[in-house]
Formats: sequence, C-alpha cells, structure tokens
Amino acid sequence: MSIVTVQLGQCGNQVGQELFEVISNDANDTQRKVYSECSSERFFNETANRELVARSVLIDMEPKVISQSIAKTAKSGKWRYGDRSHFSQKQGSGNNWANGYCVHGPRHEEVVMDIVRREVEHCDCLAGIVAMMSVAGGTGSGVGTYVTQCLRDAYPNSFILNHLTWPYGTGEVIVQNYNSVLTLSHLYQLSDAILVHENDTVHKICAQLMNIKHISFRDVNKVIAHQLGSVLQPALTGDSHGIYNRNPIGELMSSLVCHPEYKLLSVCNIPQVSSSSMAYSMFTWPGLLKHLRQMLIANSKMEEGIDWQVRAPSLQPEGIKRTGSHRRPGFNTSLANLLILRGKDVNNAEISGFQHPSLYTPWLPADEAFSMWKTPVPFNKYEKSAILVSNSQTLLRPLDNMVGKAWNMFASRAYIHQYTKFGISEEDFLDSFTSLEQCTSAADSVVVAWRSSEPWS
Amino acid sequence: MTQSVVVQVGQCGNQVGCRFWDLALREHSHVNKKGIYDEALSSFFRNVDSRRGVGGSCDITGGRIQSLKARAVLVDMEEGVVNEILQGPLRELFDSTQLITDVSGSGNNWAVGHWTYGSAYREQIVDQLRRAAEHCDCLQCFFLIHSMGGGTGSGLGTCVLKLLEEEFPEVCRIVTSVYPSAEDDVVTSPYNSVLAMRELTEHADCVLPVENQSLVDIVNKIKHMSHSGKPGSVIKKDSAIISGQGGVSGAEKPFDAMNNIVANLLLNITSSARFEGSLNMDLNEIAMNLVPFPRLHYLVPSLTPLYTLADVNIPTRRLDQMFTDAFSKDHQLIRADPKHSLYLACALMVRGNVQVSDLRRNIERLKPMLPFVSWNQEGWKTGLCSVPPVGHSHSLLALANNTCVKSTFMELRDRFTKLYRKKAHMHHYLHVDGMEQGCFTEAISSLSSLIEEYSQLDATKDRLMPDAARLNIAT
Repeated sequence: MSIVTVQLGQCGNQVGQELFEVISNDANDTQRKVYSECSSERFFNETANRELVARSVLIDMEPKVISQSIAKTAKSGKWRYGDRSHFSQKQGSGNNWANGYCVHGPRHEEVVMDIVRREVEHCDCLAGIVAMMSVAGGTGSGVGTYVTQCLRDAYPNSFILNHLTWPYGTGEVIVQNYNSVLTLSHLYQLSDAILVHENDTVHKICAQLMNIKHISFRDVNKVIAHQLGSVLQPALTGDSHGIYNRNPIGELMSSLVCHPEYKLLSVCNIPQVSSSSMAYSMFTWPGLLKHLRQMLIANSKMEEGIDWQVRAPSLQPEGIKRTGSHRRPGFNTSLANLLILRGKDVNNAEISGFQHPSLYTPWLPADEAFSMWKTPVPFNKYEKSAILVSNSQTLLRPLDNMVGKAWNMFASRAYIHQYTKFGISEEDFLDSFTSLEQCTSAADSVVVAWRSSEPWS
Repeated sequence: MTQSVVVQVGQCGNQVGCRFWDLALREHSHVNKKGIYDEALSSFFRNVDSRRGVGGSCDITGGRIQSLKARAVLVDMEEGVVNEILQGPLRELFDSTQLITDVSGSGNNWAVGHWTYGSAYREQIVDQLRRAAEHCDCLQCFFLIHSMGGGTGSGLGTCVLKLLEEEFPEVCRIVTSVYPSAEDDVVTSPYNSVLAMRELTEHADCVLPVENQSLVDIVNKIKHMSHSGKPGSVIKKDSAIISGQGGVSGAEKPFDAMNNIVANLLLNITSSARFEGSLNMDLNEIAMNLVPFPRLHYLVPSLTPLYTLADVNIPTRRLDQMFTDAFSKDHQLIRADPKHSLYLACALMVRGNVQVSDLRRNIERLKPMLPFVSWNQEGWKTGLCSVPPVGHSHSLLALANNTCVKSTFMELRDRFTKLYRKKAHMHHYLHVDGMEQGCFTEAISSLSSLIEEYSQLDATKDRLMPDAARLNIAT
C-alpha cells in the first residue's frame, strides 16, 4: 500500500525533500529486506531502470524551491522526483492566504489534480495522502487548503493527513496569524487528521539536544523529517501477525482521532541526539519510556528540562468525587496516544505506564485510548527509538495564542484590505474565528466537564 | 522568476537609476561567471540579439549573454542627463525607444510636469510602458525613481504613477522618492513635494522615502571615517556602498556617492526575488506584510553596513553589530529616529551567510528596545538571501513602517504653509492648464489627514492597550 505526498509551498517542499531523504537512507541502511521493500513500496515507485522515484507531487507558486529540490535529488543519485510531478508558477502568493485560496488554487486546479491523479495511478493500492505545508505563508496555507479540498472531493474514501508546520512565534511573516487561522478553520472540516510541528519547539530541540550552534532551516527540517519518518515507516500493529501494517494512515487515524472535533496531533520523539554523540550513547527501554511518559504528561517536547514534579492524578474508586485533577497545573491530559517502538529488544519494552487511565479523559476506556506499533528494525541509525503521536491538550495553548493574536489584529482591521481585495470578506474572517474558538473551547471542556460530577463552570 | 521594470523620471531619478544599473551589472557579473543569461539576470535585463535590428523584438531566452538591455523607461523633460547616459558606458543598455525626452524642462514646476507634459506625452509613455511589460514573462513590480522637489520627477513622475495604476492595476508599484532638504535651492520645492505627496498616498503601493540631508550626512560620515586614520578603520576598496569604482562608469561625480546609497537600497530590496535563499521574500510580500492600512505605506529604509572595516572581528559579533546598526539613527535614510516612535511593522532583508538562528537571536535582542503597536507586537517580516552584495560577506536592509515619518511630513507641511500663506509663486502654477487652487487645498488636506492618522496611532504608543475581548462561544 502506498502513500502519495503532496508538497505545497516553500516549507512543504523543503520538509518533504528531507522526509524522502530520511526514508530512503533508512530503508537502504537496514539489513531487513522485508522492511526495506515495504518502505520502498510505500514511498517510492521503482522504474524500469531500477530507479527510485518518490511518490510525491511538488506544488509551488514560485519556481526557485522546486527547481533546487529537483536538482539536489537528481545529483544524489539515490532517489529522485518524477519528471512531470511538479507544478510551479512565477509570481508566488505574496504571503496572502486569500491570493492562494481564491486566485491560485482555482486557477490551477485542473493541472494540479492531473498530476496528483497520475501519481495515484502509479500506486497499486493507495493507503492515503499526506499533504505537507506551512500555515504562515500564502501558498502552503492558501493553495494548500484549496488543494486539500480538491483532494477530499476527488478521493472521498481515502485518508488525508495534513502535516502542518507552525511558524516561530516571532519574526517570520507578519500576517502569519491570519493565514494560520484561515487555514486551520478550513482544514478542521476537510482533513482527517492534522499533525503539527512547531518551529519554536523543533528549534529548541536543535539547540539543546543536538547542540547545533548556528541553526539553519535545514536543521529544523531534518528534525521534522526524522520525526515524521519515524511515524510513517513500516511497523507492526497489535494484530498484524508479523506483516507490516498496510494502512498506516488509516490506522493512525482510527487509533487517535476518536472524535471529529479533536484532530490536532503532536509528535514526541526520544532519543534525539547529535550524530557525534550517538556512538557514545547507550539507551535502555525503561529509561527511554520513563522519559517519554513524563514528556507527555508534563507537556515537554524534549528529554531535557522535563518537569518531573508533574504527576498523573490519583484515581479514586467509582462513586467518590474525583479531585480536581483536570485543573492540576501543567498536567497534559490525552484523548488518545499511539506509541511506536523501533529497534533492538523491542518486545521486552514495558509500556504499561502509558496505559494508565489517569493519563486519559474518562469517557474513553484506557485500552481504547492507547495503541502501540513496533518493529525490531532500528530507525535512522538509532539503536532504539520511541515515538509518541498524541491527541492531547498540548497544542491547545499555542493554538489559543495564535487565535488571540490574530483576533487582536483583526480588532483594528489591520491588513484586512489585503485580503478583501482577493475575495475574502470580513464575514469570512469572523466565521473562521468562530469555528476555531469552538474547537478550542470544545477540546478544553472535554477534559474538564466529564471528570467531576460537579457542574463545571 | 518574475521581472521588474524601472521607470526613472527627471534628473535625480535618472541619475540614481544610472547608478542602479551600473551596480546591478556589477553584482550579476560577480555571481554569473559563465556569462549565461539566467533567471536572476532576466529579472532586470533582457537578452537581445542586437544584430537583428532595432526595437528589441528579438529576445533570446537562456543561453549565452549577447547584448543586455535594461528593463527600463527613462523619462526626462530636458536632455542633459539622458544624453549623458547615452554617451556614457551604459549606453548599450538602453535602446532609443526606451527614452522619452523633451528639451526645455519643467522649470521646477510640478504643474508643468504633471499637467502639461503629462498630457502631451501620455500616449508615448503608455506605449513604452506597455512595450516594456510585453517583454516580461511575468511582470511583478514597477520601480519608480524620482525626486519630490523638482518639476519633472515630481510632477511628471506622479503622473506616470497614475498611469501605472490605470494601465497595470495588478502590478505592484514601489516608489523611491528623494525628498528635498530644508536648504534646498529650489524655492518651490515645498509646493512640488506636497502636491506629489498626495499622488503618492493615493496611487502607490509602497513608498521608500529618502531624504537628501540624510544621504549627505552618511556620505560625510564615511569620508570622515576613511580620512580619520583610525587604526583598523580602512574602507575596503571594492565596497559597493558608496563607491561606484569597479563598475562600468569611470570617474565619480558630486552626487554619485549619495545616489549609490539609493541604488544599493533598490538592489537589496530585489535581492531575494533574484537570488536563492532559505527564506525567500518576494516583492509582493513586502506590501502585504508592511502595509496594514492602505494609505500608511511609507517605509523608512535603513541599510547596513554602510562601510566595511578591513579588520576582522569575531564573525558573530560583527553580525550582531549589523543588526544593531540598522536601528540606529545614523543608518536611516530619512532624518528620523524610529526607535522613539511607534513601529507598525518592520521587515529585515538579510543577504549573505546568515542563518535563521542568527536572525531570531537578534530579533529577540532588539525587541525590548523597539516599541511596536499593540496589535502587532511581533510585527517582523524576514527574508534570507544567500548571495551577499559585492565586497561584503553580509548585509541588511531594514524597512520600517514607523510613525517617525510623521516628522518629515510635518516639516514639509510647515515649509509649504510658509509659502502658501503668502501665495508666493503660486501664479506660476495656476497659469498651467489643468491646475487649480483646489489642487493645493486638496494636497495639503491629504497630507494633514495622513499626519493625523499617524498621530492617532502614536497616541496609543505608551498606553497599555487591553486585548480585544474574545468571542464567547455558547456550548
């Protein structure tokens, strides 16, 4: 079963390229033939001359990034992009969501969907589509949203996973909060699941864990690609009986997206070290999993600086009022978690710490809220690695901040004329704000409301 | 890749334009060693087979460079400057159809430039603009260069601006306007400037105001530094910032150093559109991010480094110093100190080997010192271009939408009022067909209301503005 990736805008294309790089290195690296073949089949199309062509569609409204990507991969010789799998224009979207969504999207819909169709036809069996983009700019966000809509219409029975890169809180694009609000409010209706990486978080990983002195976007993209690759590479699910999962995206969604209103997913990865320290590091499953669990409940994305004071609430037996655990500061409640273990001795890993009901909201039994995949094949040179994909409260605070800043700007009507001239009205903005406020308040209250028998306030 | 067309109007406009073309050629030849006509070159130049007749109807795409023609339209109502260009080393860049000239000049009279020549040459100008646009695969931006104080640049230049809006409404219009200093020898420069301001406010997408006085101060400071003989403060010979040496033109003329600075401004603003980088910033992104309200589109430019020291500091410190300098009073191209006024938005366009972490570190460092408007506390737009300017390892252009422009405009208004109160020289204007008393009153009222808009924003500066109340969702 194959996954088709649609790379949109500068960020989507840059991260996408690093993703295929990681996957191809990982698949080539390993001695396990079955794993390699499964991974190749999933992400690459082998041509008659035994070349690996990525199952990917590259879209951008300006040509520089795509041409660089294609040139770089052609030079490397390990894999390449399809000759006709890309589409670019000259002008760019000017960081304007409305320009991307109302002008470029519709204008180029036919050509783009043609390329996607061709790529899908190369697959024996389509497992799902991953759309990769950023939310701050104009193309990734605006054209990306429009293309997601088209994908939804063209492939109503396929799974669509949107991978979003959220910008740094400061200093990338001034109107990034508007673009983000417009994107997220639409994607919430269109997408099956939204997997988010925040530039700020990944930047910290690069600085503190990987010790990179002058962090470039390439470093950030490599970390994102590593985390995303470790989610999408083949693994064995609970009931797969030794065959690698055929439907990773579908299974990801059924494990994690239990309710249509809560589909924001985050990724946590351990270990993450610089390549120079890797040779000197010894990892054990108990150590890794203990840290990972604390990272989850203390809302930390790195194994450094974890707040060990945060503890899971104690559970009282039924009938007795529970303590206000939902208001315990710093504790991150999950709706669902997917743990993926890759590497040596994976069957000996003790994962019961992740199955405890105190980690989860009570309206879903813990054994349904938690899933696990594993494979004895190590990923990307890490002898042992554990990845946690969570549907939890983690992203609520950043989302709320983003909406708050956008709202503040909207209150002064700053920059609105730039959007209205392309066809987005103030009403459309208000609709987007309303829909996102509904999402955040719903997600927040689901944790609060059901825990105590007192009427929540 | 997109193309841009430069429209240079009047004496100042053409002189600055000339410097720009010289420096642009130098920059591209530095990078383009193989002489291939690439995408970067095509953003400002056409590749023409000059054997096949005049009119440049035979553009060659790709392949070796044969004969480069500038994507430009040169307009001047007296012949001196344009003739000099045609006899100088840059003459090959322009063919005769790109020039629109007359003989007698505008006599420092905005009305003559705008109304008389504006209507007389309207068709010719539109024709040339259309032709330049047709040669472009994807035209993104018009750069208009002119001065505000004279007659042609100011009057005819703003007429051209109106034409650009009418004929090419979707193409961005970025105007570089040179404002006269208080001691300008043209008596009527306040009239010309204020009359032109109204057009700029109504019809431009972005204006980059540059004050002659600032340019003079900068050039003097640099000369002082190079002559002061401080150890280690030797100016690198091939610095392109104030010196055109190493370019095509030979000996330098009086205004050359000042014009070079403005030319560098244009080079840096277009660098990300021409060359690659890890965070591209296109020209249409400039207006999108920096103009929150349609009329408030005056962006204060500042360039660093303005000189390069030959002694080598620790690279990171020197890089950080560049960021600090960009916000210092001495590097602004208008006489204002943005640090003490309110920022509505700020763009940083970095060239050279600079990474996103350096950028972020410096933004974090400078943020506490710079007051931003309450609804745009993180109003930074950044671009990283990997190709540095010639002779430097990196450079920074900051464009600030800042209320400090208010002071420039208020001074202008004062100078205008001094003349207007006495109705001095007005008969020269009112005699011109198309010009009426109303033009004056409308112009000054437009300027006043612009100043008022900036003042209102300024008033919010030190007040703690509460966050807007969020929507209440019924559950």
